[in-house]
Amino acid sequence: MNTADQYLKAIYLIQQIEDGPASTGDLADRLDVSPASANEMIGKLEDNGLAEHEKYKGVSLSDEGIVRARDALQNYCIIERFLVEVLEVEDFRGEARQLESVIDETVADRLDTIIDRDPACPDCFDPENDVCGLLEVPAAADD
Amino acid sequence: MSLTVPVGSDHQLARLLQIGIVLEEVVEARASKHASDSGADLTDDVRAMLEDAAEESAGHRDRLEGLIGELDAETVAYEEIEALVEAQYEADEDFDGVLYDQLCNEETAYKFYDDLIEAVEASDVQFGIDRDRLLDTLVAIREEEAEGVEEVTELMEERR
Repeated sequence: MNTADQYLKAIYLIQQIEDGPASTGDLADRLDVSPASANEMIGKLEDNGLAEHEKYKGVSLSDEGIVRARDALQNYCIIERFLVEVLEVEDFRGEARQLESVIDETVADRLDTIIDRDPACPDCFDPENDVCGLLEVPAAADD
Repeated sequence: MSLTVPVGSDHQLARLLQIGIVLEEVVEARASKHASDSGADLTDDVRAMLEDAAEESAGHRDRLEGLIGELDAETVAYEEIEALVEAQYEADEDFDGVLYDQLCNEETAYKFYDDLIEAVEASDVQFGIDRDRLLDTLVAIREEEAEGVEEVTELMEERR
């Protein structure tokens, strides 16, 4: 997943939590980058018609941005679910975040052939817990 | 601004190699299923290509297991992945569906190794495995995946 898609996914999830625009600060925190970096990418997303930024309010995704964010979120769900179901990784959130920039959409699609994912994905994603709400997480990993 | 993460530790490298092993196992299991699926009405050359692909994936898995063993990490049992493939497999794919699926198998594996090579090259970590041997192995496997893409594409073009 490329960097722009990771930003789109993060904005989408923050918008769901806040039920409104995502602030630059929240976005930078979620992605562990500086606010300057977040602002730079927001500008690029705006230039490409994927997001709109309103001063003092924050950034909101356009319809096209939402489509791409949901695709990215679906890929992320596949990676998390694969780590839990197939490799039984306890720190699946941390590892999924590390892997998402290396695991391309085509690779995620193939991994998807061996996991059990709900057709409603990614609507079942729980943005606050950063995990699919339907995924049965082992007790030790449910932090 | 970039969120691209180079491979940062032995643990992460081992995890990526595990994913490579699983991908090879998926290819091997799906190609074997297709080859033995009488319902798809496959020609002899396609059946032979699928059997070769399954064998080649098993060979790639062995090479990846050799690398992962040096990192003190565990492999993923083929039987486990075969059972997962079996559980989700749809047997009623037609001839073109089988070829398309095999093309996806080869293209996906190629893309995975390409991205992994890039992530290893971008890393300045001293891995617990010889970097040249790691990259040589990955580059060789990527090359074979590229040949696989070419082979399936030719078979698809012959069908037109």
